[in-house]
Amino acid sequence: MSTEITVTVNGTAHPASVEPRLLLAHFLRDVLNLTGTHVGCDTSQCGACTVHLNGEAVKSCTVFAVQADGAEVTTIEGLADGDSYTNVQQGFWDEHGLQCGFCTPGMIMTSEALLKQNPDPSEDEIRAGIAGNYCRCTGYQNIVNAIGAAAKAGS
Amino acid sequence: MVTSNFDYFAPTSVDEATSLLSRYRGEAKVLAGGHSLIPMMKLRLAEPGVLVDIGGIDGLSYIKEEGGGVSIGSMTTYRELATSSVIQANYPLLADASARVADLQVRNRGTIGGSLAHSDPAGDIPAVILAIGGSVVARTRRSSRDINIDRFQVDLLTTALRDNEIITEIKLPALAAGTGTAYSKFHQPASHYAITGVAAVVTVSGGTCTDARVAVTGAGDKATRARRTERILKGKELTQAVIRRAASRAAAEVEDSLNEDIHASAEYRAHLTQVHAGYAIEQAAAAAG
Repeated sequence: MSTEITVTVNGTAHPASVEPRLLLAHFLRDVLNLTGTHVGCDTSQCGACTVHLNGEAVKSCTVFAVQADGAEVTTIEGLADGDSYTNVQQGFWDEHGLQCGFCTPGMIMTSEALLKQNPDPSEDEIRAGIAGNYCRCTGYQNIVNAIGAAAKAGS
Repeated sequence: MVTSNFDYFAPTSVDEATSLLSRYRGEAKVLAGGHSLIPMMKLRLAEPGVLVDIGGIDGLSYIKEEGGGVSIGSMTTYRELATSSVIQANYPLLADASARVADLQVRNRGTIGGSLAHSDPAGDIPAVILAIGGSVVARTRRSSRDINIDRFQVDLLTTALRDNEIITEIKLPALAAGTGTAYSKFHQPASHYAITGVAAVVTVSGGTCTDARVAVTGAGDKATRARRTERILKGKELTQAVIRRAASRAAAEVEDSLNEDIHASAEYRAHLTQVHAGYAIEQAAAAAG
């Protein structure tokens, strides 16, 4: 049985007919071809699939696409305005906040949400804020520096 | 991972949702935040034929002071609990425990009603609500009842909730003057689930403990009151020696059902229960003044 949904992704409304069991992560990647959202652990732990659902960071591997019917979703592809990066993206660029890059889209989406909740986080608050995002290159130091730089740029 | 197929309904009222549960009784599961149910469905540990998604029902997300206590809508998220000034002021342990559930993303989706209904043996919220006391409001299509939290957790992943009922509200009582609260847990570093957690709510009057509720999670098959611990605390001055003796009995009620898995042996969990009971009671006693 298919269900008709309309999800607004990065400002564009996308009507679609989907199986209820289709996960939001796979809707974004396989239906809309927005492959910036990564699927890592597929068990709601690693955070690589983090997107914003109505402005809040969520793990899109643990949300059915039908639950996002009528909602606004922002993915990594929806952050930059042309060539103009957000402070978080610029921070990851300047501080080299990535190694292999697999965790980066999720890290950035979580960091955006973290700085919205807490624009001037301490290092401990940054580390707690990204507790739901794993970097298996273990490049956390530069990621923390990148978020700190983004907070500074935003102040 | 892909779940089994299911039929999906997104009702916009509690009446519509409870009607669906009656119509598909035994087949349907309620989908709230989905952060317990969807992982179980992905592992095919749960294969409901029908999902009733209550995320689109307005008016189930609120925190209200009323009748001296606080009423919390079942769809209130961990993030809302953690950041609510009403919860921080009235039940500091609930705000603290909610802020330490899993991670930022999960706290945005997971709900108080979902956590209670799922009754994960390692969940934080069931033990915290058990220590506070209060009741769970369960509605069917035709009726509504208050289930005392002391009778709500029945067994592993099993509650007193019937399969045609939806939790709409959690009612918490006002805590007496001189009450301190604390939640102490040893968490699994990846999931942040409690390997063992202990919630303590103690009331001190004139230097003597007049009331105590202590609940343990993570150690046994469900959140459980540590009644022997409570009895040792009541009527006494909360000295280090009394707290230590009370904490040493905190695993008594769960010793027949201690969990043993890759994270911790039964013996280690029993030990952690005593240690964290000590921390929680000590912090609650200090907060009680």
